[in-house]
Amino acid sequence: MTTNETFAQKALARSAGLRHVQTGQVVDVRPDRILSHDNTAAIARIFAEFGLERVVDPDRLAITLDHAAPPPTPLHAQNHAEVRAFVKTNGVRHFFEVGRGICHQVLSEEALVLPGQLILGADSHSTHFGWLGAFGAGIGRSEVAALWATGELWLRVPESIRIVLEGRLSEGVTSKDLTLHLVGSLGAAGGLYKSVEFTGPGLETLSLESRMVLPNMMAEIGAKNAYLPPDNAVFDWIANRLSARTGVPLATCREEVESGTIYPDHDAQYTNEITFDLSTIEVQVACPHKVDNVQPISAVAGIRVDQAFIGTCTNGRLEDIAAAAEIVKEKHVATGTRLLIIPASSAVLLDATELGYVTTLLKAGAVFGPPGCGPCMGNHLGVPAPGEVCISSANRNFKGRMGEPEAEIYLASPAVVAASAIAGHITAPNPKRHA
Amino acid sequence: MQPLRLPAILPHPILNGMPKKSSSTSPTHQTISGRIWKYGDDINTDVIFPGKYTYTLREPEEMAAHALEDLDPGFASAVQPGDVIVAGRNFGNGSSREQAVTCLRAAGIEAIVAVSFGRIYYRNAINNGLLAIVCPQAVESAEQGQSIQIDPHAHIIIISDQEIEFPALSQTAQKILSAGGLIPYVKQSLKSTAGSTG
Ligand code: SF4
Repeated sequence: MTTNETFAQKALARSAGLRHVQTGQVVDVRPDRILSHDNTAAIARIFAEFGLERVVDPDRLAITLDHAAPPPTPLHAQNHAEVRAFVKTNGVRHFFEVGRGICHQVLSEEALVLPGQLILGADSHSTHFGWLGAFGAGIGRSEVAALWATGELWLRVPESIRIVLEGRLSEGVTSKDLTLHLVGSLGAAGGLYKSVEFTGPGLETLSLESRMVLPNMMAEIGAKNAYLPPDNAVFDWIANRLSARTGVPLATCREEVESGTIYPDHDAQYTNEITFDLSTIEVQVACPHKVDNVQPISAVAGIRVDQAFIGTCTNGRLEDIAAAAEIVKEKHVATGTRLLIIPASSAVLLDATELGYVTTLLKAGAVFGPPGCGPCMGNHLGVPAPGEVCISSANRNFKGRMGEPEAEIYLASPAVVAASAIAGHITAPNPKRHA
Repeated sequence: MQPLRLPAILPHPILNGMPKKSSSTSPTHQTISGRIWKYGDDINTDVIFPGKYTYTLREPEEMAAHALEDLDPGFASAVQPGDVIVAGRNFGNGSSREQAVTCLRAAGIEAIVAVSFGRIYYRNAINNGLLAIVCPQAVESAEQGQSIQIDPHAHIIIISDQEIEFPALSQTAQKILSAGGLIPYVKQSLKSTAGSTG
């Protein structure tokens, strides 16, 4: 029997224990993983209202301390202390301390989410897990509390959009440029309530780390989740980490990982289909104060930069830091500009140190912060002053996002951020790269 | 976005003719009456409730004092209980922070009428007993400061002399709203499960 189902239909049918589901149907799902971070303390206070002794299935929880970590004030420290108390009382095994890194990066590295699984997170960028073919969606704090109590939550099966990627990116253009271009052309509501399902030969031309940028930022077009069809590179990446964490032989892990994979049917029904030719994408920048206010870099080149920031769950990985190191090598950050680098995880920082990127960047005048979200949402470690301009590799540039409503935030690739730090103004990296 | 039933604009028969159905005692099911605060498209959660306060402010009144501060600094001091926010498309896009709902509720907002909502925001609103209504036609008619009445039972919004119908919420959303939010709703179901298993 042939079906014509999208990834979203199949993934939600699986987690609802149903054979088929229709789009628009409301189903009760059992997520494989429930994510929360510094907001765990607030969720625990809601959970306390139920009067239950403990959460139903603590092994499904994964908790990171990342959003204001290490804590900048006693209030933040108190918040972390409450999270640790909750973790202890409930016997939560998958808990990651200050410094381990950002939730989406850490849960990927720890292979706590696998292809085909459902992860619901108290974080809007839970769409991130689409990079490995999982269904990741953000939910609210009350919903996480309800999940801890019952293990289930209602979800509406979303309609899906298909995005076909063809061709290959030009030299000097990255997946961040592609993603910004996509957000700019679809708009901040362009994927509202939808499952955004990618396909096409262009995908496999992207490295694994750069693929992660796409589903991460589909939150910026309002998507419920995003999906990239996983290939052997994904299976190997995640199986290696699953094996490392569990001690189960690699071959078994590899089989396990691949067996749960979900692909949409070839004749699945999409509300619309959009094709992008990667070779036509230029270097892009999102301008204040909206993520879909996207311009080619030529439109903003020359704007003074006070702070350049490389980090976050969008672009704080090894290849991002490598790109920055290559650009700043034997150069120095411009006078009047500061370059801030915050790796997405301790593993990224370790690799970047061993490969010499940290040394290169420090010599160029960069400053490193501890792995975590840093100033991304305005908590600490690089908050701009009123009137300052920050160019950032993050995913959001809303007014006040970094803590100061009178600052201007531009979003770009790590390469553009690094080149702008050296120049002191917004600029594209020189494609010729003469040392 | 879900296809919407086309909202009909009915000629307004009698201004005091708001249908009253008092079957529910839940506050969210009573007729809402207040003034309109009108905003545009893509009002994101960072301007509704700044991220820098998310781990330090806990009390609803403290949160209410910072509601919409980066968008409309006059809002928090002038808003009154029963007031309604009317906004364009994609209201509440961005972060999953629930304070972006609770700060408005604490400030006295009883309903938000928008062309569409950010999906997590929509869920957060319903889950916190805040009526979230998708009704482009009402948005078009509404002006800042006008008075507005909403009858959640009859699915009718009255602005000036116009009665505008809006589509009913999904059954699940209605159940959660009439329980007063997700937490009381889950409490009820936990109790009934405990009761049925003895
Ligand atoms: S890095 Fe920024 S976008 Fe990512 S999880 Fe942290 S605060 Fe959210």
